[in-house]
Amino acid sequence: MADAKRNDAAKQQPESASRREFLHTCSLAGPLLLLTLQSTLLEAATGTEKGYQAREHRYGMGVDVSRCIGCGRCVDACKNENDVPREPYYFRTWVERYVINSAHETSVDSPNGGIDGFPGITTEKSILRTFFVPKLCNQCDDPPCVQVCPVGATFSTEDGVVLVDKDYCIGCRYCVQACPYGARFIDPRTRTADKCTFCYHRITRDLLPACVEVCPTGARVFGDVKQRASPLVQFNRFHKIHTLKPHMNTKPKVFYADLDEEVR
Amino acid sequence: MEPLGEVLKQVQGYIYPNEVELHWSLLIVVYPYVTGLVAGAFILASLVRVFNVKELQPTYRLALLTALAYLIVAPLPLLAHLAHPERAFEIFLTPNLHSAMAMFGFVYAWYLMVVLLLEIWFDYRKDLVLWSAEEKGWRRWLHWGLTLGATDLSDKSVRFDSSAGRFITIIGIPSAFLLHGYVGFIFGSVKANPWWSSVLMPIVFLFSAIVSGIALVLLLYVITTLVRRKQIDMPCLDKLASFLFYALVVDFSLEMLDFIHRLYEAEESIGILSQLVTSRLFLSLVILQALLGTVLPLLILGIVSPALRGRSSLKTPDELRRLLYVAAGVLIEVGIFSTRWNVVIGGQLFSKSLRGLTVYKMQLLGIEGLVVGGALLLLPLVLLLGLIVLLPPWPEAEAHLAKAAEAS
Repeated sequence: MADAKRNDAAKQQPESASRREFLHTCSLAGPLLLLTLQSTLLEAATGTEKGYQAREHRYGMGVDVSRCIGCGRCVDACKNENDVPREPYYFRTWVERYVINSAHETSVDSPNGGIDGFPGITTEKSILRTFFVPKLCNQCDDPPCVQVCPVGATFSTEDGVVLVDKDYCIGCRYCVQACPYGARFIDPRTRTADKCTFCYHRITRDLLPACVEVCPTGARVFGDVKQRASPLVQFNRFHKIHTLKPHMNTKPKVFYADLDEEVR
Repeated sequence: MEPLGEVLKQVQGYIYPNEVELHWSLLIVVYPYVTGLVAGAFILASLVRVFNVKELQPTYRLALLTALAYLIVAPLPLLAHLAHPERAFEIFLTPNLHSAMAMFGFVYAWYLMVVLLLEIWFDYRKDLVLWSAEEKGWRRWLHWGLTLGATDLSDKSVRFDSSAGRFITIIGIPSAFLLHGYVGFIFGSVKANPWWSSVLMPIVFLFSAIVSGIALVLLLYVITTLVRRKQIDMPCLDKLASFLFYALVVDFSLEMLDFIHRLYEAEESIGILSQLVTSRLFLSLVILQALLGTVLPLLILGIVSPALRGRSSLKTPDELRRLLYVAAGVLIEVGIFSTRWNVVIGGQLFSKSLRGLTVYKMQLLGIEGLVVGGALLLLPLVLLLGLIVLLPPWPEAEAHLAKAAEAS
């Protein structure tokens, strides 16, 4: 019924008026279309969800060392989710095992990044303590990698994640040298720098990073340091927190609970 | 990826998984070595121009051309090393002003355009005009073209050349310091790496650069003079050797200061760095850099050259002294190359976890290989040969022209 009325109204309008109207609509729609297209392209480029406001967030991760069982599922999930090369020289995240014996000697290993778990410990001396430590990019607030990149291909996002623009990276490897945590590598396929992004394509869609998602013991906690109700703020409230290499003054946003002094 | 698999087997202790790949290899060793030679050769030239060390006059132009030949090659190892050389120009177009490396283009362009080319042009302008007047064929046109149309040979004009050249050299000295101090800063400012991170790094780089530059010009002077079957100017060579000795003393003192300072402070990294020096770097650091590259040349030059008492401590015939100077020069070049190696490669042979050591497998072929590295070290000498043909730096070329000018 309503459609029929609209059709009648259209018929009653002179042809010239409808053409004018059409052109008028076009003149308005053009810029609007461009704007929509631009924002869509922007969202596609950064992988963010529509309406996502980066400046309202500040992401970090908590790692509860005492909960990690060294199963390596996080390493595997990361390689799957982010298409990280499978060779044992490229990791966005890996797990280290520390064994401190009765003579206070420390040995560390991370066979293939811990992706298949760890072999049994073979040491003649008795073990004083042993534990696993998941590692990843610390998403520093003062990142040395961003400072040294000669072209600005590595940058900090407004929501506190350090990313690499692969179309811009010249492959000088200065960022790899500048990272105190060994968190960067050169992707042999693109020949550009690569690193953990906190699964930026997921977190901006309100999903958890893959490593957090699969951790069977909840050793990894992801959240927003800006929001009081976030699991990360809870985590930081109820644990004594350490960061890695604090003397580097890089202000990491990966917070470790129960971290041993042997961990570097 | 087989080479990385091989490396993985030879890792000692624990290194972060991503550290298996060594990121700055032979080409990045060649780069500071070559840049150092530029700065060193230029500082030597400035001794003549600004500090009026008359004995060194025969080496003045040779030193300038040497600096130019090496400066032209300096960016090539960097470019070849980039994974995306086609994007290299982004450093000029959209530099990150917080990055030390982003400054390379500007420092380099300043040194090449403002300092070296201008100084050479002012120094050669008069000769270019005279050469083009008496030559025939392509040389005539080439030399005429290089005058850029400034063919005025009046006293006033020639005096201006001289004072402009002197002024540029005065600017050039801090620029040469900047050029190589900057290279040291690239490494010295990496706080993540305890082997590199040192405020002394730029200054150590600088003095080792001066040492290598003087030694290179000494070698080139002897070789070119012998090839041309001319008499070697012994007072000049003695003076070169003396300055080489002084620079080496300062360089050695700075290296020792750095060494003792690290040892005395004994920071967290001291354990792994000691292991590094006594195992992986023993040959290149203790033997090549320290003993053969520094101590032995210091002894030779200290005893034979007139550096210490105004005359040689040990009276030696000219031929023997010349031979010993050449030997010292070669040893120093090997030593300074080892110095660069020990900084660049040494700084990547230990893990930033400070718990393990890795190895460097140099390739023979390939862009980062021995062949390319060697070619980049030889290329400046080929360029220098071309420059020498184009702009003869020999004293007799000037003397001949002076006579011709008088006659006309």
